[in-house]
Amino acid sequence: MTIDFGNPNRPNSYIGRTVPRPNAPRLVQGRGRYVDDITLPRMLHLAFVRSPWGHAKITAIDTTEAAACDGVRAIFTGQDLLPHCTPWVAVLAHLKGLKSAPQHALALDRTCWVGEPVVAVVADSRAEAEAAAALVNIDYDELPVVTQIRTALDPETPVIHPDLGDNLAFRREHVQGDVEAAFASAHKVISASFKTGRHTGVTLEPRGCLADWNPAEGKLTVWQGTQAPHMIQTVLATHLGLEESRVRVICDDVGGSFGIKVHVYPDEVATAAIAKVLGRPVKFIADRLESFISDIHARDHEIDGRIAVDENGKILAFDIDDWTGIGPYSVYPRTSAIEGNQVVNLCGGPYDFANYRARTSVVLQNKAPTCQYRAVGHPIATAVTEGLVDLAAEALNMDPAEIRRRNFFRDDAYPATSPANMRFEGLSHQATMDKLLEMMDYEALRRDQAAAREKGIWRGIGLASFIELTNPSPFMYGIGGARISAQDGATVRMDPDGSVVVLSGVTEQGQGTEAMLSQVVAEGVGVRPDQVRVITGDTQVTPYGGGTWASRGAGIGGEAALQAALALKGAILEVAGAMLQCAPESLSINDGQIVDLESGAGRMPLSELGRVVYFRGDTLPKGLPRELVQTRHFITMEYPFAFTNGAQASYVEVDRETGFVKLLKHWCVEDCGRVINPQLVDEQIRGGIVQGLGGALYEECLYDEHGQMLNGSMADYLVPMAVEMPDMQIAHVETPTAESLLGAKGAGEAGTAGAPAAVMNAINDAIRPSGGRILQMPMTPERILRAMGTLSD
Amino acid sequence: MKPTLAGYARASTIAEATAWLAEADGDAKVIAGGQSLMAAINMGLGGDTRLIDINGIEALKGIRLEGDRLVIGALTRHAELGRHPLIAEHAPLLTRAVPLIAHEAIRTRGTIGGSLSHADPAAELPACVLALDALIRISGPGGEREVAADDFFEDVYVTDLAQDEIVTAISLPLAAAKEAQLIRELSRRAGDFALAGIALVRRPSGHRVAFFGTGPRPMLGRSVMAALDAGDLAAALAAVPEDIDPQSDPHASAAYRRHLASVLLRRCLEDLAA
Repeated sequence: MTIDFGNPNRPNSYIGRTVPRPNAPRLVQGRGRYVDDITLPRMLHLAFVRSPWGHAKITAIDTTEAAACDGVRAIFTGQDLLPHCTPWVAVLAHLKGLKSAPQHALALDRTCWVGEPVVAVVADSRAEAEAAAALVNIDYDELPVVTQIRTALDPETPVIHPDLGDNLAFRREHVQGDVEAAFASAHKVISASFKTGRHTGVTLEPRGCLADWNPAEGKLTVWQGTQAPHMIQTVLATHLGLEESRVRVICDDVGGSFGIKVHVYPDEVATAAIAKVLGRPVKFIADRLESFISDIHARDHEIDGRIAVDENGKILAFDIDDWTGIGPYSVYPRTSAIEGNQVVNLCGGPYDFANYRARTSVVLQNKAPTCQYRAVGHPIATAVTEGLVDLAAEALNMDPAEIRRRNFFRDDAYPATSPANMRFEGLSHQATMDKLLEMMDYEALRRDQAAAREKGIWRGIGLASFIELTNPSPFMYGIGGARISAQDGATVRMDPDGSVVVLSGVTEQGQGTEAMLSQVVAEGVGVRPDQVRVITGDTQVTPYGGGTWASRGAGIGGEAALQAALALKGAILEVAGAMLQCAPESLSINDGQIVDLESGAGRMPLSELGRVVYFRGDTLPKGLPRELVQTRHFITMEYPFAFTNGAQASYVEVDRETGFVKLLKHWCVEDCGRVINPQLVDEQIRGGIVQGLGGALYEECLYDEHGQMLNGSMADYLVPMAVEMPDMQIAHVETPTAESLLGAKGAGEAGTAGAPAAVMNAINDAIRPSGGRILQMPMTPERILRAMGTLSD
Repeated sequence: MKPTLAGYARASTIAEATAWLAEADGDAKVIAGGQSLMAAINMGLGGDTRLIDINGIEALKGIRLEGDRLVIGALTRHAELGRHPLIAEHAPLLTRAVPLIAHEAIRTRGTIGGSLSHADPAAELPACVLALDALIRISGPGGEREVAADDFFEDVYVTDLAQDEIVTAISLPLAAAKEAQLIRELSRRAGDFALAGIALVRRPSGHRVAFFGTGPRPMLGRSVMAALDAGDLAAALAAVPEDIDPQSDPHASAAYRRHLASVLLRRCLEDLAA
């Protein structure tokens, strides 16, 4: 079956249109249902005592005073929980050499970061649990702390986990071509060192879970705000000693995830284990303060990079040495080596060049663990690549747009394989850049910049092209042994009234999955989107799936839903043909009506077909299939990942006296293949840009030399706010993937991938007359002023 | 975290509030707008604290002229300050300061008495009353007294208030004809506490300049003021570092705050010249 996407006037043409989000009124009216909205009979609350030390031996735990507090029902130490919950080691077989230490739900005899859960206090209310937690007496012996990345492997640096031998969790080097020869023969070689700031996701709704063990059924039910319910099901079953079928994970509304909620957290596993021990429902909701020290952090990288170019600006080679600190443990089960690995995979991504060397060194440290956060590794790789390209352009006295044009993979060169061995099915760097420059009126902007410069106003233009990895196959996690599904499924059924229900394995985090599914299914079946009800986030109900991560919801989950919808349409038409005494092929469904395919004339409402199938099935021919429930699954087969591409531009003004940056405007042209819902995609990109600008300009988890986080509150950790954000103009080039009928690739991370590089290049363009440059994020006003040489003491 | 509190009582008179404060012997906090206090309590810093709510005390409300003084009741909300015609006429510095204070919701609840009593060294209003040469009216079980703003602010979150006293009002001289009142600040995001700020008043009797965010308390720029009174702008700019005492913290280094304070003074002087 095909869909004539080129014809916007085709019947039921919901794919490609801005369709209202079905869940928006519910969320706006406060009728959402988040974990903390759920109250069960006999429910208890959990509060954790967390390590105040970056690295310390636990010598004694005295819970006497806490246990005597009002409302306290139980207290668990790591030793108490040990018989009920096995530890985990977060490694993947395909990340060769990756090592990590066993991690327990509660620290056993040693804590390795400030915020690690040590003791769990269960009480009738959260307030009582917290009050008692404050009275748990724990004796610690402080141990030496590892906080620096570059010295983590030095012989004099203490080894955090002696059994591992050293602090190197993972190292990978990829070499393609003859890098040294390319550098030796180059017209220009430019070297630069970059830093990206450790930051975190700051979801509006903090992490939380509610676990209920029913001994009569031998079944654990867990309500959790998560991106991957089936993954959580597997993990809890494994470590609590249950069969997977005895664990049900329900994920209702989620208030933002950004990768924060796709990982396994010790406090959440402890909650489930404690609920099982106590036989009572137990709820844990992270508060904002503990979120800052227990949610995963990300992007703690220091990178040395080199680029070699010839006299025409042709890129001859990139040489990248990436170092990242991931905290004391690789995070389960996706591991904390992925981000560094992505840097190796993605540097130089948009460009057709021959010689490439990239190495990542992933080291352990006594800070909060880091793991995958929106656009994993992309903002780092893009900042390094595009920063180096701009430096090369400057060295050649070439326009930044021109050097990019001279090096892009040509739009007609696909399929292509990058020097990092990434396989591209079809990208559009040239068309994307052309559209970007046209949209921003690049030449006029350069004139405005020059005119402002005359008046002593420093403005700068920054460009950044990028590639983005979406729609992952099992090559991302599955081949490494993790039970993280790359396929996804959808069940679509028609009910007697002619309405349609879709059950999907991908999940809604507030980003619009439900809208996407409703319009894909509406078009596939031939009903209005408001006739489609969407059910996600319940391992007992939906088809098995991976959930929402790596920009896979629309591309994988959407295709499964489309195929299931088309199958349902076929099943409906088979019944309709029997009822109307005509060939099913001569019929179709428009707007909830069976119609003649040729004339479009209405023949019968779906509700009539539903009435007959469900209540007067006796009137249909014996043996006629009447399966108005259809399930389909989808997995990508041809490519490990569906790469997308895009280009962003930033226009900024830097206050020469204060270093303050004013974001004048931001542009993004993005190619995510088929755009299913233009408004949703544009808002995803805008939100992603804001998140990227946050990391570029504001957000940083600051630690002192003792491993204490210095700014773990909303007063001190600066998230980007609306007032400072620029106007953003978004446009698209569409290169659908041929792997699916839908043709959609991912769109959720593109904004974040490119924004930091664009704004970094813009700031450096603005401050060029100072002779300084800033390659450290976040680019705070003070750092900018120091880069300019205005402030030196 | 969940707030922990030892008690709550709502006072209906100043005498009642101060008597309760005396009785609590340091274990009570006055709550008015609660915009700093509740955040602290929600971070678990309440402990055994009792709250004495003064929102019902009529005597603390209102903005009025008393002879040649403008008197602002301690319970005056920032938003009210920002839109009140008497303030705009007689203390326009405050009108200009209000939009710089945090966000709409905070301005709607936060009070001037609370801001001064809390004495955050980076807050706008303490620096404004210092620049305006205000008198702070204080009540306690022993009676009433007035303290000059110069003497009221002592250290980070520390004022001249005894633990059984409350601020009842702020008394200001009226702005003279052609008096200039300016405020400038630099904050990372709109509504954040300033990295550095300056409130400047030029009146017939001389200049008053208060810096905020650049020391343990809002700091009067005495050397800067003397230089400005002498008409020596260059000396005023050069004197900034000796008048302030910034510390390094995660938001900015002391050197950067010093630099910003100088930039802000120069910009204010440009504003005055314009």
